[in-house]
Amino acid sequence: MDRCLNNRENAKALAARIAKDAGVDLQDCYQCGKCSGGCPMAGDMDLMPRQIIQYMRLGLMGDVLRSKSIWLCAACHTCVDRCPHDINLPGLIEGARMEAKRRGMIGVKEVDKFTDIFLENVKMFGKNQEVVLEGLYNVTTGHLMQDMVNVPHMLKHKIVGPELNTTKQAAEVKELMLRAQAAENERKRGEQ
Amino acid sequence: MQFSYYPGCSMDTTGITYKLSIEYICSKIGLVLHEIPDWNCCGATAAHSKNKMLALALPARNLAQAEEEGLDLDVAVPCASCYSRMKHTVVAARQDENMRRKLEEIIGMPYKAKADVLNFLEIFSRPEMKRACQEKMYRTLKGMKVACYYGCLTSRPVEVTGASSTENPMEMDEIVALTGAEPVEWDFKTECCGASHQVDAPKAARPLIERIIRNAKANKAQAIITACPLCNLNLDMREGEINKAKGTRYDLPVYQFTELLAVCMGAGAKDIGIHKHFFPAFDLLNEYLRKAGD
Repeated sequence: MDRCLNNRENAKALAARIAKDAGVDLQDCYQCGKCSGGCPMAGDMDLMPRQIIQYMRLGLMGDVLRSKSIWLCAACHTCVDRCPHDINLPGLIEGARMEAKRRGMIGVKEVDKFTDIFLENVKMFGKNQEVVLEGLYNVTTGHLMQDMVNVPHMLKHKIVGPELNTTKQAAEVKELMLRAQAAENERKRGEQ
Repeated sequence: MQFSYYPGCSMDTTGITYKLSIEYICSKIGLVLHEIPDWNCCGATAAHSKNKMLALALPARNLAQAEEEGLDLDVAVPCASCYSRMKHTVVAARQDENMRRKLEEIIGMPYKAKADVLNFLEIFSRPEMKRACQEKMYRTLKGMKVACYYGCLTSRPVEVTGASSTENPMEMDEIVALTGAEPVEWDFKTECCGASHQVDAPKAARPLIERIIRNAKANKAQAIITACPLCNLNLDMREGEINKAKGTRYDLPVYQFTELLAVCMGAGAKDIGIHKHFFPAFDLLNEYLRKAGD
C-alpha cells in the first residue's frame, strides 16, 4: 500500500480531490443510508456505500482504496438517484478506483482484468470482440472453464463465430485513445 | 421516419434477436435507419471506469460521423449502455464549450453536438410510431402476462436520460400493451442486472439476476421483457444456470420488446431468432398466438 496514505492530511487531500472531480461536497452526506439500502451489490461489499463517504470524510483513504467495494460497484446509479442530497457516489467510487489502480491496489483483480482487456480490444479492433474478450479473460484470470457451458449453444445458433467485426479505420480509434489518455493526464494534472 | 443508427458491438452477436426484430419492424412500418458508416465501440463501462476523457471521446467519434453524413437526424441506439455513453457525451459537449472543443481535438473531426441520442423505448413511445406499429399488427398475444424490465441505464442517471420516472417507468409497458400482452405491476423494473459483473464478479452478481426473475414470477408474469442486449443476455442465459445450480424452477422466457412487436406483425420464429434464445422462448408465444386463433 501507498505509504503516503498513512498521513491523514495527505489522505484528506486525496479525498478532497476525488470529491471535487466528482462534483461532490463530502459534508452534504448525513449518513441516512439510503445508498447502502438500495445498492444491489452491497451484499458482497466490505465497505458499505454509506461508509465509503464517511471514510473519505475522515481521510481513511487506505481503507477505501483497498476495499473490494470500489471494484464491485456496478455503476447502476441507484444510490445517487435515491440520495436526498444527490451525492454522486458512483463518481466518488470511479475516482477512488482510478487512484487505487494507479497505486497497484486492486481489490478485485477480475474486474480490473475485464476492463483492461475490453479496452485493449477496442484499441486493437475499434469494436469490442466478445469472443476475444471472453477468451482472454478466462485465460488471464485462470477461470478457464467459466461460461464454456454456453459456447455450444452460441456456436450452433451463430450467436458468436470466428469472424471479427472491426472498425475499418481501427488505427484512427487507436490514435483517438492515445490522445484521450494524454488529455486525461493533462486534466488530472490540472486538478492537483 | 428516419434516424441515424448506432447498433453497437453486441448487436451482431449476443444481441442478435434484438437486431433481427428491429430490422423486421423497420421493414414493416417503413422506419429507415442509416447506420453510422465506420462506427467504433462506445467504451461501455470499461472506458468510464478508467478514463473520463476516453469515455466521452469514443462516442464523440460516432456522433461526429453521424453529423458528417449531413442527414441532420437524431441517433437511434438500441443498447442501453451504448445509449447512456453516447448521451453522456452529448450532454457534456452541450454543457461545456471547452469540453466540446477538446473532444473535437481528440477525435480529429468537427463535432457540434446538435443531434440527440434516443433509445428504442423513446422512439417507439412516439404516438406516430405506436400508430404505425398498430396498423401493421394483425396477431395478438392477448392475456400473456409480462414483466417489463427496464434495467439501469435507460432511466439513470436522470440528468442524462431525462427519464420520466426512475423507479416506475411505463414506456415499455405501454408499447408492449399494443400487442395485447398484459404488463404486470412488479418491483424490479429498474433494478440492476449486474451487467459485466456477471462475468467478472459472478458470485456477487448472480443473485441480482435471481431476484429479478423471482419478483417477476411472484407477480404472476409469464415472461420478462427487456430493451437492452446485455440485460437480455444476462437474464436469458443465466436463468437455466440458476435453476440447475439451485434446484429452482423458474420458467420465464426473456424477450426484447421488439420481438413481441415483430411477432405480432407476422414474424416467424426464424425471422427474428426466437430459436436462438438460451431459455426456451417459442412455446409461450405459440400458445398465446394459438389461443387468439392464429
